[in-house]
Order: sequence, then structure tokens, then C-alpha cells
Amino acid sequence: MKKIWLNPSVLASLLLALNAAAVMAQPGQSEFAPVNELTPAEQLPAAPLVIAAYAFVWLAFLFYVWTTWRKLGKVEEEIGALSAQLAKRRP
Amino acid sequence: MRKAFVPLLGAAGFIFLTAPIIIARAPFESTMGLVQKIFYFHMPPAMLMLLSAIFCGLVSGAYLVTRRPVLDWTASAAAELTVLYGSIALVTGPLWARKAWGVWWQWDARLTMSLLMWMIFVAYLLLRRYGGNGSETLAAGLALFGMATSPFVYLSVNLWRTVHPLTSVVPTLPVDFAFPLWYAFTGFLLMYLALMTLRVTLERQRAALDQLFLESDE
Amino acid sequence: MTAFWRVVWIVVRKDLAIEARSRELLNTTVFFALSCVIIFAVSFVREKPLGDAAAGILWVAIAFAGTLALGRTFERERYGDTLRALLLAPSDRPAIYVGKLIGILSLLAATEIVLVPLVALLFQAGLFSHPLLMGALLIFGTIGFASVGTLFAAMLARARSRDVLLPILLYPVTIPVMIAGVKGTSALLDATPQLQMAGMWILLLVCFDVVFLTLSLWTFDPLMTE
Repeated sequence: MKKIWLNPSVLASLLLALNAAAVMAQPGQSEFAPVNELTPAEQLPAAPLVIAAYAFVWLAFLFYVWTTWRKLGKVEEEIGALSAQLAKRRP
Repeated sequence: MRKAFVPLLGAAGFIFLTAPIIIARAPFESTMGLVQKIFYFHMPPAMLMLLSAIFCGLVSGAYLVTRRPVLDWTASAAAELTVLYGSIALVTGPLWARKAWGVWWQWDARLTMSLLMWMIFVAYLLLRRYGGNGSETLAAGLALFGMATSPFVYLSVNLWRTVHPLTSVVPTLPVDFAFPLWYAFTGFLLMYLALMTLRVTLERQRAALDQLFLESDE
Repeated sequence: MTAFWRVVWIVVRKDLAIEARSRELLNTTVFFALSCVIIFAVSFVREKPLGDAAAGILWVAIAFAGTLALGRTFERERYGDTLRALLLAPSDRPAIYVGKLIGILSLLAATEIVLVPLVALLFQAGLFSHPLLMGALLIFGTIGFASVGTLFAAMLARARSRDVLLPILLYPVTIPVMIAGVKGTSALLDATPQLQMAGMWILLLVCFDVVFLTLSLWTFDPLMTE
């Protein structure tokens, strides 16, 4: 099951779907109001966006390091096992 | 080469931990305010995606000529990192755009070409995974086409009317903005090098494992 | 130089001869393009067709039909194992590429001859009002698509999962060509036709064609050595 989530095309589709859902969730506006006349309550808060960007950078790198490190660990484990087997065969 | 991973990772991690402090002390941009600070997390990965694509293309070309395995491993790693850094740019960009432009996404030249470049390298990864025998060679060919799109991605803002900032913005930044930018860029670059060493080590060990399997069959 | 073109001509003549006997590729590709357009017509035409629909639909139909044709052309080669024979022949590898490319282009040209009037009719689009510019868009757009497509289809001919990998590899690389084609066609179909705009897109298509053809010719040999 995990393999499916790690599949790049699934991730890509998820990203696109999330974006599309976000776009569709915005309600339409009835009147024109210039941005600097909006009250701070009506303006889109910037802080969550900046924090989300920073968090995503960390998440992306952690994800990549974690998955690659695990694959490397597995391969090195197999190398150890095979080398031991070979060493036993020819003393 | 493996030995370089931990120090590189440490240096990159240090930069990413301290970056928010430096970025917070940078001045606010006049029209966009706080949300402009995403710039420091958006421009470096975007630039590195382009450079990584070019690097992948060059290494792939070299592989097609010389057929040395280490070039294939490096190309593979570069393609993965292109997708990784591209993903970061393609997520941080819309986060910034939502406030600055009012929309998450626009089909203008720069955004569309960046997305296409990202997709070409995702296709590269799919090809390597599912293409079976000989897919290293085929993927190398695809990487050359991916590399060919990079000038179009970079110059698209200058050639077409787009909402995306022009390429003239970065070289003319005042030093208060430039310092955090290049600080962050160094962090992303060191991370790239760290991840590259890790990934190539994985490929090298996989090849060593294959060799052992062959020997154990004899 | 003439040896090169002789090989090209031999490959083209072979493909045309095979096709002339069964007309399998021609019939199936044209019919598929037709079905595509009809699906789009059902989806996008209300009392009158949606504004810019014709431009996009035309090029999508070309892309889909083209992908099918590419797959089938090299499936035929793989089935008869003639691809290996072709590559073993002591001839210039790029000449084989050019020969196959011309074959694909002829097939797509035949498809477009059916497709363009059909789209013009179903979507009430003035595709024939500027025939020279429209022709240039179609020619250079199709060359751009087919040049990359022939290379990728050839190199995937012996790969696993080749049927699904061909569109996955081909579309991201050729979407710029499609975009230029659609934008150019839209410019011509506008209420006030923007001929200069269309000319600009044609120029861009020529740029793409040069880049893609050059890259394909360079890489065909190294990619086909197995």
C-alpha cells in the first residue's frame, strides 16, 4: 500500500487535485473593493502561507532523506548477508 | 564520496535552521509585505531545478557516449533531485501567488513551462522504474530533451508578457534582499550536493549488490 | 549525401507499400480521430459551440491520433522483428529515422485532411479563412510532434510497458508544440483574426522543429544501440 503513495504520478495527481480543490473552494465576489481598502480581517493572512512554505521545504527534504536512507540501509544489509554467505563458501 | 554526506547535510541543516532569523530581519518589500518572504524559499529551488535539469542532461549525454555506470547513477540522482526541487518550487510558488496575485495558479508561459519540465523528469523516473531493460539509455535520451527546455523556462518571462517577475529582478536586488537570498540559496545548494552523494551511494551499493548476486550464482 | 536520401526513400517506399496493401494504419487512425472529435462535439457544443473550442480540440485530436499511429507503426516493426534488421543494415542510422518520420508525417497528413474540415464543420470554426497560415501551423506543428514521437516510439519499441510509456514521455515534451499550435489557431479563429500573432506562433513552431529534429537526429543512433 505504501508503495502506491510513494509513486511519483500519484503524488503529482494529489498535488494537482489539492490545488484544484483549493481553487474551487474560494467563494466569488459580488463587488469590487481595492485591496488596500479592505480591513485586515478581510485580507488574506500572509503568515500561514509563509509558514506553510517553510514547513513544506523541511517536509520535502526529510521525506527524501528518510526514504533514500532506508533504501540504502536495506541494500547494505543484503550486501552484508551475501558477503557473509560467499565468505563461508570459499574459506 | 559517501563521507561528504553528513557534513554537507549538517551545514545545510544549519543554514535552514538559521534562515528564518535572517529572513525575518530582511526588509519588507513595499507592495507585498510579509508574503514576499516566500521568495527566499521559492527562487533558490526553482533555480536549482533548472540547473539540475541541465546537469542531468549533460551527464546523460556523457553517459550515452561513454556508457560509464557512474554517469548513469548521477543522472538518475539528478533527475530525482530535479523533481524534488521542482516540487518545492511548484508548491511554494502558488502559496505566494495566492496572496500576491489572488490566484493559486495561472497558465502563463513561465509557470506552464516549469510544470512541463517537472513532468518531463517525472516521466524520466517512471521510465526508469517501469521501462525494463535498457531503460537507462532511453531515459538518458529523454533527459536531453528535458535539458533542452531549460532555456525556454528561464527566458519565458522575458519573451512573453507574464505575471511572473522578470529575470532582471534577482541580479538587481539591493543587498538587504540579496544577502538572505544567497544565504538560502547556499543552503539549498549544499542540500542538493548532500542528497546527490547519498543517492549516488545508493546506486553504487545497488550495483555492488548485483555484482555479489552474480558471483554467488557462479 | 545521396546514399542517405536513398536509404530514406527505401524506408518510405517500404512503409507505403505495406500500408497500401492493408490500409490498416490509415483507416484506424482516421476513424479514431473522428471518434475523438465526436466525443468533444457532444461535450462542448450546446446551441452553439463554445468559443475557442475548435482550436484546442483540433490539436488534441491530432496528438491522440498521432500517438496511436506512432505506437502502431513501431508495433508492426517489432512484430516482424524488422526493426533489428533495419538497424543491422549497413546504412546511416539517422536515415532510417528520417524515413520513418516521413512515413508518420504522411499518415498524419492524411488524418488531418479529414480532421480539419470535420472540426470546422462541427464547431462552426473558420479554419479555412486563412489557408496558408493554417497550413503552416499544421505542417510545422505536426513536424514538431512527429519528430519527437518517432524518436521516442522507436526507442521504446522494445521496452516494457511501451504502450503507456509513449504518451507519458511524449506529451510533456511536445506540449509546447501543441500550445503553439492551439494559440496560433486561436489567433486565426478570433473575431478579428490576429495574423501577426499567428505568424509569431508559426515562427516559434519552426524554432521547436529545428531543436527537436536536431536533437532527434543526434540521439537516434546512441539510443538505438542495444
